[in-house]
Amino acid sequence: MDGMTLVTARLPLLQVDWETLLSVNLPTLLFVIIGVPLVLVAYIVGFDVLVRRLPKRSQPSVRPWVWVAPAIAFVGLILVYPMIGTIVRSFFDRHGDTFVGLGNFVRLLTDHGILIVLRNNLLWLLLYPGLVILFGLLLAVLSDRVRYEKPVKSLIFMPMAISFVAMAIIWQFMYYYRPPDVPQTGTLNAILVNILHGQPQTWVQDTRFNNFALILIGIWGGTGFAMVILSAALKGIPGELLEAARVDGANEMTVFRRIILPLMMPTIVVVGTTMVIFALKAFDVVYVMTAGNYNTDILARRMYAELYNAGNYANASALAVILLLAVVPVLIFNLRQFRAVEARR
Amino acid sequence: MSVATAAPPAAPPIRPQAARTRWSQRLSGQISNAGLQVAVLALTLAWIVPTLGLLINSFRSGGAFNTSGWWTALAPPFNFTLESYRHVLGASDLAPSFFNSFMIAIPATIIPTTVAAFAAYAFSWMKFWGRDWIFLALVGLLAVPLQLTFIPLLTLAVHFGLTSGNTILGLNAGFLAVWIAHTGYGLPFAIYLLANFFRVLPQDLFESAEIDGAGPVTVFFRLVLPLSVPAIASLVIFQFLWVWNDLLVALIYVGGTPEVAPLTVTLTNLVGSLGQHIEYLTAAAFVSMIVPLIVFFALQRYFVRGILAGSVKG
Repeated sequence: MDGMTLVTARLPLLQVDWETLLSVNLPTLLFVIIGVPLVLVAYIVGFDVLVRRLPKRSQPSVRPWVWVAPAIAFVGLILVYPMIGTIVRSFFDRHGDTFVGLGNFVRLLTDHGILIVLRNNLLWLLLYPGLVILFGLLLAVLSDRVRYEKPVKSLIFMPMAISFVAMAIIWQFMYYYRPPDVPQTGTLNAILVNILHGQPQTWVQDTRFNNFALILIGIWGGTGFAMVILSAALKGIPGELLEAARVDGANEMTVFRRIILPLMMPTIVVVGTTMVIFALKAFDVVYVMTAGNYNTDILARRMYAELYNAGNYANASALAVILLLAVVPVLIFNLRQFRAVEARR
Repeated sequence: MSVATAAPPAAPPIRPQAARTRWSQRLSGQISNAGLQVAVLALTLAWIVPTLGLLINSFRSGGAFNTSGWWTALAPPFNFTLESYRHVLGASDLAPSFFNSFMIAIPATIIPTTVAAFAAYAFSWMKFWGRDWIFLALVGLLAVPLQLTFIPLLTLAVHFGLTSGNTILGLNAGFLAVWIAHTGYGLPFAIYLLANFFRVLPQDLFESAEIDGAGPVTVFFRLVLPLSVPAIASLVIFQFLWVWNDLLVALIYVGGTPEVAPLTVTLTNLVGSLGQHIEYLTAAAFVSMIVPLIVFFALQRYFVRGILAGSVKG
């Protein structure tokens, strides 16, 4: 089966509505660029004038709220209120009027299909952070010792700048499959056939390794992020410390294991927690590459499907809550880490 | 360091051995150095091959593309062409989405940055009831999946007519929905990053300004903002790239409506609908990457600084 002949269609031709674009959208854009900061500055300055009229004693307790009010309003409206709404919603049926307790969760978790979704999420959760850190650490330590460190790091960091959609397209051409009797045009299959004399594989469809193929795309994209942070931590280790160990006869492996690794541990943990959150939120790669087919579905994409394709708000809410429950340990860890850092200030 | 540890002149009998050790050490050092170079270059090569393949394919004509791999184009005759790019841009399939991406990303960067700057100033230099708890809640929100907000927010957006089917003063209301959503989603990180930067500004600065009779507004605009240009720059880059590259939020709030759809959404639709015209996909993908890559390579310094400041450092 061919990788990309699912649908053969012409390029969808979008008509540019130049009139709307020039008469409405462009002016709006300029208005927003200049207008919104102006309005916000006017708000701060205006309210400060009002605050100054208050008795001197109460000014310090009123003023901060003027400054944080817009942010709290946005965060409350866009994050906190909907969060609570979704959690409440997950205990009601799909019409949102009958309380069903844990019914949605029980139905979802006993559904046969969900097991594969959870397994895939677990795969992402284990492989993605682990390998991103492994490659990131390897590249940080190795590139630290070559003269062309900067260009190397730029090139490896580059995927960070592009979208997961673009990454997925890039990798479609890595995984492209053609039958064994014609020349392979996908990079991986070409290596497999021409150099290793193997059979071409359908990397994206074959359920034996398609999840790994998708996770690899994420790893390719995320390693630069880990490398940059770990590299900064590495450069923060005092050179005298490493020099002293080397003078004492420690070889490079010992220096790495006994000095570099323990000193970098806090940073590795931080990168790891960020990657765990990324892994749980992974959506784009699966959505673009397989749309969740071939046993590659994950919670975030399944939630989108329940919301948009099935219109089942009960299931979608319950899936979102499951996602939240999965990040709770990371969230608590982050908070404790944050408070520990605050305490040291 | 090496000067300080240089060995004193050794006694003659030991010399040959010492020389041999040094020589073998140098050899093994050179071997491991060569191994190091090979490893770094191999990893780098492995990392750029996927992008390189797509780049080369985007400059090949369609026929060649379907029958042979991108690497065959590296041997003569070099048949490179701009056909795909001309098609993608000339037939203006992507042009509206390209504009839409700017239309979404620029306001969705400016609004949260401004709002966050004010809030971060209060969080780092003013005392108020519940300050630390609210900040802690923001740190907690950094980890919350956006999925948790979609259903109630969509309901609200529909209720207030902020959907891509409506227009407000001629402007597609879908834009407003995406701007507001991205502002809320971006704020916890934006406030966190800026507050971390603001509060390490020297205290004396604030004290002397206060003695001179400057109020908080003056201090903010005359001192804090000019001193924080690097932090604000990295936040702007971060948020801009995040919004530009976002697929999920755009899918949720504007769906596939062509008048509002950014590049990521249009590209995703191309992946689904392309079969014979796969070569245009390569050029389309690169068109979507041009802006982030320019931003990235021109302002990498700030971007890296933003990442470093944003990670909860241990």
